[in-house]
Amino acid sequence: MSDVAKAVSNDRANNPIYRRRVWVNRFNMTMSMATMAFGMVFLIWILITLFSKGFAAFGPQLFTQMTPPPGSDGGLANAIFGSALMVGASVLIATPVGIMAGIYLVEVGRDNWVAKITRFVNDILLSAPSIVIGLFVYSLIVFQVRHYSGWAGAVALAIIAVPVVVRTTENMLMLVPNSLREAAVALGAPMWKVVLMVTLKAVRGGVITGILLALARVSGETAPLLFTSLNNQFWSTDMNAPMANLPVVIFQFAMSPYEDWQRLAWAGALLITLTVLLLNILARTVFRQKTQ
Amino acid sequence: MAFQVSLGDTAVAERAATKLKINNLNFFYGTFQGLRNISLEIPEKQVTAFIGPSGCGKSTLLRVLNRMYSLYPGQRAEGEVLFNGQNVLDSKYDLNALRGQVGMVFQKPTPFPMSIYDNIAFGVKLYEKLSRSDMDERVEWALKKASLWTEAKDKLNQSGLSLSGGQQQRLCIARGIAVKPEVLLLDEPTSALDPISTARIEELVSELRTDYTIVMVTHNMQQAARVSQHTAYMYLGELVEFTPTAQIFVKPKDKRTEDYITGRFG
Repeated sequence: MSDVAKAVSNDRANNPIYRRRVWVNRFNMTMSMATMAFGMVFLIWILITLFSKGFAAFGPQLFTQMTPPPGSDGGLANAIFGSALMVGASVLIATPVGIMAGIYLVEVGRDNWVAKITRFVNDILLSAPSIVIGLFVYSLIVFQVRHYSGWAGAVALAIIAVPVVVRTTENMLMLVPNSLREAAVALGAPMWKVVLMVTLKAVRGGVITGILLALARVSGETAPLLFTSLNNQFWSTDMNAPMANLPVVIFQFAMSPYEDWQRLAWAGALLITLTVLLLNILARTVFRQKTQ
Repeated sequence: MAFQVSLGDTAVAERAATKLKINNLNFFYGTFQGLRNISLEIPEKQVTAFIGPSGCGKSTLLRVLNRMYSLYPGQRAEGEVLFNGQNVLDSKYDLNALRGQVGMVFQKPTPFPMSIYDNIAFGVKLYEKLSRSDMDERVEWALKKASLWTEAKDKLNQSGLSLSGGQQQRLCIARGIAVKPEVLLLDEPTSALDPISTARIEELVSELRTDYTIVMVTHNMQQAARVSQHTAYMYLGELVEFTPTAQIFVKPKDKRTEDYITGRFG
């Protein structure tokens, strides 16, 4: 460095405006690190508690035995199966509805009033308290047929999953450059072919990610199932009957005074957390692969 | 400024029949008028170039010819564009059929997210039901026409996105000619490409002229001089001059054209 350049850089370092900027930067960095640490502490705390208490009750019997009466051994097999069945059914309902609504919002409606209202309603639905949705399905289905059922649970979960799928499908399709759409239209392709074979195909990774995230979102929902599928002590594959499921079992067992039930609740909570974690990791890898 | 214009082209230019006839065309983006009273006859099996400064309306005019603007509510055209005797601006005109006959290649390469083979088969399947071997033949024919065959023949099943930019653009041209349109619209087809790819596409355009009517928008005046037989100079939404290319670069009629092509403006 020449002497002149050195002199200038020394001068810069002592410049009051520059020094003030350095201090403001340090302050802001410290604050943002502190707030991040604040959030992380609680997350890690929750995870440590969950893992230590959950693993204590973890074992193969979780997957093979039914939920027990208090004071005897058991597992969560019926609850795991019920959860998988209802969550699976809800995603099967929510996926076509959500994707088609997303397609409408981007490819057909764009900014017309139907699309605007749909977008608004979807936003509300996205943040609606899940207990409200549980009550809604209760009065819509459970009250009409006079009994709790797995289908009612699946419908309630689907109502929660739909807005998630709509939103991600919409956001993904918005990313498709208009030039790609125009290129397909310029060949004379009808709209449905443009959407199915070109635009939707271009973002299928993102749409699949949205479905996986919806899956993760509904797999931990308790309130809507409390009003719809309730619970079942036994192994049941009948979607027209009350059905056991992990969140409600965790809720009941954790609130109970029996220690063995509480242990099972911890194991169930760990199981759900691991599932959600796995789904999130899966969603991220799918998204990364398909968008490259 | 020296342009290489073969004078023989003037004779060719004067002999052509009209493929697209534009009468008193006005175009609006909402309330903004993008094109003003354009009348123009695009000759068959020749290359017509639209030149002019940015925003002069040359792309807008091109997008009227295959009604691409109809995708966007708020954009509308008034006047007449006669294609095979029928007005394509007519609201009852079958747009998908029109676009099957008037193909388009865009500024940026836009391969579909599918294999090279399917990129070409996609358009063909819209109009013809071909056997597997006929389709193979058509794909090969289109890729050869677009001089992409030697580079792509061993990876027809790979994604179209795996090609380089210049190859992608040639794939888009192959896709456009595979459906056998009568007219091919090229919207600045080489502006995103390197000089070698540009040269190949220019050669390609010159070859395609024997079978297709080509309309090309370009920012590059040398390109217009090299490949076109007719050139339209547009400015602020108006058609200033439309003459055989040999004439416009040697002896422009209008002062504004002269200023533009000599680089005094734009």
